[in-house]
Amino acid sequence: MTPEPSTGPSNGASKGHSAELSTSGLRVQFATRGGRVARALDGADLVLRAGEVVALVGESGSGKTTLARSLVGLTAPAAGEIRWEGKALERSGRGLKRLRRQVQLVLQDPSGALNPRHTVYESVAEGLRIHKLVSGSGRTEAELVAQALSSAGLRPPEALFLRYPHELSGGQRQRVLIAGALAVSPKLLIADEPVSSLDASIRGEILALLLKLREELGLGVLVVTHDLGLAWNIADRIAVMYLGRIVETGPTEEVLTSPQHPYTQALLSVIPEVERLEPVVLTGEIPDPTRIPPGCRFHPRCPALASGEASGVADACRGTALPILSGDPGGHRCSCHLVSSREVVSS
Amino acid sequence: MTTETTPEATGTAAPDAALLAIRDLHVTYATGEGGLPAVRGVDLTVARGQIVGVAGESGCGKSTLASTVLRLQPPSATVSGQVLFDGRDVLAMRWGELRAVRWAGASIVFQGALHSLNPVHRIGAQLAEPMHIHQPGLDEARVTERVAELLDQVGMAPERAKSYPHQLSGGQKQRVMIAMALACDPELVVADEPTTALDVMVQAQVLNVLSELVRGRGVGMMMISHDLSVLADLCDRITVMYAGRVIEEGPADQVFAAPLHPYSGALSAAFPRVGDPAARFAPAGLPGDPPDPRNLTEGCSFAPRCPRAAPVCLHDEPGLVAYDDRAAACVRIGEPDLEAR
Repeated sequence: MTPEPSTGPSNGASKGHSAELSTSGLRVQFATRGGRVARALDGADLVLRAGEVVALVGESGSGKTTLARSLVGLTAPAAGEIRWEGKALERSGRGLKRLRRQVQLVLQDPSGALNPRHTVYESVAEGLRIHKLVSGSGRTEAELVAQALSSAGLRPPEALFLRYPHELSGGQRQRVLIAGALAVSPKLLIADEPVSSLDASIRGEILALLLKLREELGLGVLVVTHDLGLAWNIADRIAVMYLGRIVETGPTEEVLTSPQHPYTQALLSVIPEVERLEPVVLTGEIPDPTRIPPGCRFHPRCPALASGEASGVADACRGTALPILSGDPGGHRCSCHLVSSREVVSS
Repeated sequence: MTTETTPEATGTAAPDAALLAIRDLHVTYATGEGGLPAVRGVDLTVARGQIVGVAGESGCGKSTLASTVLRLQPPSATVSGQVLFDGRDVLAMRWGELRAVRWAGASIVFQGALHSLNPVHRIGAQLAEPMHIHQPGLDEARVTERVAELLDQVGMAPERAKSYPHQLSGGQKQRVMIAMALACDPELVVADEPTTALDVMVQAQVLNVLSELVRGRGVGMMMISHDLSVLADLCDRITVMYAGRVIEEGPADQVFAAPLHPYSGALSAAFPRVGDPAARFAPAGLPGDPPDPRNLTEGCSFAPRCPRAAPVCLHDEPGLVAYDDRAAACVRIGEPDLEAR
């Protein structure tokens, strides 16, 4: 493990393509039993760089987990491209192995993701063995495992070597999973709901750990979550997904304090802690991804369209598809006919 | 339900007449390695038309508390204390009496309800089941009508009665579970984590349904959650539990916004207010893990994780002390903020 010099929250971004994972127009489809095609991910542009924390938020069925999994090559895209350090990702065994050495996925549900018959040591050492990282490091496997465990906040690491997952608490299991990812010294970590199954008091500790890894190792982190409070806690940038698309993206402060998209506004208005907003409870649930509505995919549930606020652009909402939002990390963008019409008027 | 109540209870139909009064409840599970004290002396009161929240982490005893209200605790549990439902002790009831209280008097929406519907029966049949059991005289047409009413109350189309559970989404299944709890017009609903595993938008829908029921029909509700922010939004009062005991009790907004006990403070801070500059890049956590009820330390059970623990906390377990309309169990309350250890 060779920790990079400490990079601050923002200066990790100025390294060009050195550690940048990006997608453009990424689509993932699944065939359903009825013969229809579910467009789980329906065109997503996202850029993830070392040294920054990005939150990908959305409800179940929004495609956030599909996007996260395709970033490490676990799901083959139907269209679009994934680029790592400026080069298109090779979907060969070697290409994916090379990617996963640098981009590690931390799965949700720490109790299910660890092999119950492996000790903590074996779980953490697995990545080192797969990527054959011990021989060139000049250190022993045990030293590298110990280092990964202590980076994940498990100290003293040796005390945990021979423990099995069932002997650990939920928070410890989550840390072991993170340690397993850190063992191969990745540049990016993709964490799918890292705290959703943990108790409230443990949650903050794990989030603080992710921030510490960003500070100390210059790691980039993509957190996939349904929790806007979590995004507010740790994310530099945020991307809000709805039905396979990113519908709003920008710096966390801007998106969460002045949301533009009616969907983001509704999501924010119903979190219990936000009292300043009149709750907008959307009816129904995210539609089935085999039947994505025409026009704006949010229009059947859109409160702005229902209230008449968007009457000037109603035809576009119902019939004109919106372009895929650019993944460019700068700026606050939103995919909404109403918002675009206001921008045209004001400029 | 008023026939058997005590004279003073019927005399005061005021909102403060306790529908549910739990008094000094202890629940201990027998395990291979000796007794596991899950609930250690809990007092809690729910009035008609009131929602009382119980907050705490896994293992704090909150789910044991919920199941004991209807005497649904496992047979390995030893229970002492009182659970007074409308003045009558559920723990001392004979079987027939208890059976009448379950569903018709009080019902429970369990945690993980998404998996508790029978996959091979239609929703309508499952909603009708408690009515068939508890109101055997009811004719079929009335039952069908009632099923439609119940679905409507939780915001679902009556045609959904014909669906099987797998045809419903998680939020819809949760609504069905709530509808089922209401089937026999209970006076008290106990909801154990009714929105866990639901998305924020669906959670908001389900919480709206619950609060309309309570406010609209004068039902009393005990709602259990690990999420203090959800409870603060919905409840009138909140009880915070730690290691089987109540460590704080008070009006919901105060417990959430200005907690007295350091543990309530940690729970409150764990769910940051979006827009609060103090929470940016500063996730609040507590070191250590929730206590193992088998190995409780002497003194205050929270002391090993407490940022304000004093030497005395390691020896004496503090009792609940009243502060105006609130109560908390911590020796440090009222002391000037001392430097954290």
